[in-house]
Amino acid sequence: MNKGDELQNLNNKDSAAITKNNQVIKKLVMIVFGMFAFGFALVPLYDVFCDITGLNGKTSTTAAAVYNVDQIDTKRIVTVQFISRTAQGIPWQFEPMVREIKVHPGEMKLVKFYAKNESTRDIIGQAVPSVSPGLAAAYFQKIECFCFTQQPLQANEEVEMALQFYVDPELPEDISTLTLSYTLYDVTGKVES
Amino acid sequence: MTTDVIEQESHDDHHDDHKMKGIKRWLYTTNHKDIGTLYLWFAFIMLLTGGALAMVIRAELFQPGLQIVEPDFFNQLTTVHGLIMVFGAIMPAFTGFANWMIPMMIGAPDMALPRMNNWSFWILPFAFGILLSTFFMESGAPNFGWTFYAPLSTTYSNGSTAFFVFAVHIMGISSIMGAINIVVTIMNMRAPGMTYMKMPLFVWTFFITAYLLIAVMPVLAGVVTMLLTDTYFGTSFFDAAGGGDPVLFQHLFWFFGHPEVYIMILPAFGIVSTIIPAFARKKLFGYSSMVYATASIALLSFLVWAHHMFTTGMPLFGELFFMYCTMLIAVPTGVKVFNWVATMWRGSMSFETPMLFSIAFVILFTIGGFSGLMLALTPVDFQYHDTYFVVAHFHYVLVTGSLFSIYAGAYFWLPKWTGHMYNESLAKWHFWCSLISVNLLFFPMHFLGLAGMPRRIPDYALQFADFNKWVSIGGFAFGLSQLIFLAVVIKCIRGGEKAAAKPWDGAEGLEWTVASPAPYHTFSTPPKID
Repeated sequence: MNKGDELQNLNNKDSAAITKNNQVIKKLVMIVFGMFAFGFALVPLYDVFCDITGLNGKTSTTAAAVYNVDQIDTKRIVTVQFISRTAQGIPWQFEPMVREIKVHPGEMKLVKFYAKNESTRDIIGQAVPSVSPGLAAAYFQKIECFCFTQQPLQANEEVEMALQFYVDPELPEDISTLTLSYTLYDVTGKVES
Repeated sequence: MTTDVIEQESHDDHHDDHKMKGIKRWLYTTNHKDIGTLYLWFAFIMLLTGGALAMVIRAELFQPGLQIVEPDFFNQLTTVHGLIMVFGAIMPAFTGFANWMIPMMIGAPDMALPRMNNWSFWILPFAFGILLSTFFMESGAPNFGWTFYAPLSTTYSNGSTAFFVFAVHIMGISSIMGAINIVVTIMNMRAPGMTYMKMPLFVWTFFITAYLLIAVMPVLAGVVTMLLTDTYFGTSFFDAAGGGDPVLFQHLFWFFGHPEVYIMILPAFGIVSTIIPAFARKKLFGYSSMVYATASIALLSFLVWAHHMFTTGMPLFGELFFMYCTMLIAVPTGVKVFNWVATMWRGSMSFETPMLFSIAFVILFTIGGFSGLMLALTPVDFQYHDTYFVVAHFHYVLVTGSLFSIYAGAYFWLPKWTGHMYNESLAKWHFWCSLISVNLLFFPMHFLGLAGMPRRIPDYALQFADFNKWVSIGGFAFGLSQLIFLAVVIKCIRGGEKAAAKPWDGAEGLEWTVASPAPYHTFSTPPKID
């Protein structure tokens, strides 16, 4: 083999190696972008997963479409407790006007929450609900809730906010107490931007 | 495995090195050995930097009360200490080993993508430059813990989130490029005849680790991007007020975070599996079971992330699922520990420093593994969560695990890298000082945690005072002991007993068939493998 052939041979070998490398690189880069996208896809997937399984105590933030209960289960009594807290930085008074009520599954109830903006500026609040035990979240149906919308309160304004709900009669037998917790956040900055 | 050593050496003699002089050699280098050296030095500098931060932490915790630093600055110290040790010390050190050793072990002339290799190293100093520069800014460094849980890092951030996010992005890109390079090299550049199941276990562990990196570093990049937009652009991925969920952050983070801990330990398994057979003068026991164990640990690592989140109010089914999956990992890990012990069993052992560090690794990593099993038990995790028990656990696996394996590997291959034998008695000093001080440093932390001392606090209840004093003394001693290593390495580079091509009589592998120090270019023609 003379020098020229040897070089030619080497070049062929190199370009073959480069194509082989490029094939692998292409696949790996696709995995990289795929996993980056997967990270973002996990965000809606997480919500769907919690929604289906009722894990995490996430309760719907939209109204139950229809009140489709055939009969009220008067034999069972479920205790529903209400708690509220304000996130750091929102100068509102915010609490349930009833701490606890007893309902029959299927029975519609209306309770009220009290909120007062104790500061001297206008603030928009957003209440975020959560149900404990988490598995009961799927059976807690809200017909009307102040958490469906944002609550703008002017300085020193106070308001009574309504929550209309029923507990689905399908609620598992072993759950006799539900706790509905609201956390109130200041979303003024977010709304304005 | 045999190769024609003489042909190899004479071949290299005819070569011109094409080395540039001075700083340009290091800036422009595409040579896998140069880049490996750069990675290893960078990792060691970061180890000392992160260690210096830890020294301040231990000085503050030497006695109860606030002595030296403000609580907010203390939080910055713990955060940056964690980030530097994980992303700056352990991971680049392993990439350094990969660069130096993989081409030599599989009989390749260099890494497959040398130019990208240069890039993946040289962006790293910028990442850590950005991260460390925040210490000198008005807002201060990140103070939300290396796990950067939202909303601590979003709503309550001190303003360093953007710097943190960009630093992590750069580290991630560097790791991904490094990992792609490793995979391509191993898949395409093995010497003819080296089938996958003939590869040294060292190469296997890095191969699997590289896949883990490619799979999870992009998820980390996604999480920090969400963090960035949540903090500065008004999105609500993790903000409950806008319909997001802070618990989602933890799911996403640990989906990256748990495979990440195996990224930091699988290469350690590879190093130790190379060294123990060499000094036990026996073949590695159960090679193929080691390969499968490594692969199954890697696969299981994707199914256990929520064991970091037992106290977030997960439903019972979730807790049980993640508990059992986590405990399942003990099986392949147990296979590994068994194989290391079986390799030593009736071997004709000798105890040079690499072997000492490897044996210490096996014992102390197992202790760390056992405390990990305890943490995996959901009911008791409620007691251990966020206490010093967790700190003890992950320092046993990361310091006496990963770091000790790095030391073992460094001593093992120093003769190959420098051409000189290191000073064995100084190295033994390094080992024994480290071994004693590291246990004084981390072992009492188990009891502090069980007694209820929370992690990430600058001050503590009085009853923890005595133990913390001893822990701090252990910490200072361990910190100082690492300077012995620096001395050994510098001495070894500058001179010492000339190393033979194969200075360890029990060692096996292609890297020992080339001269010591390894010529600038090795295996320009692939070796023959039987």
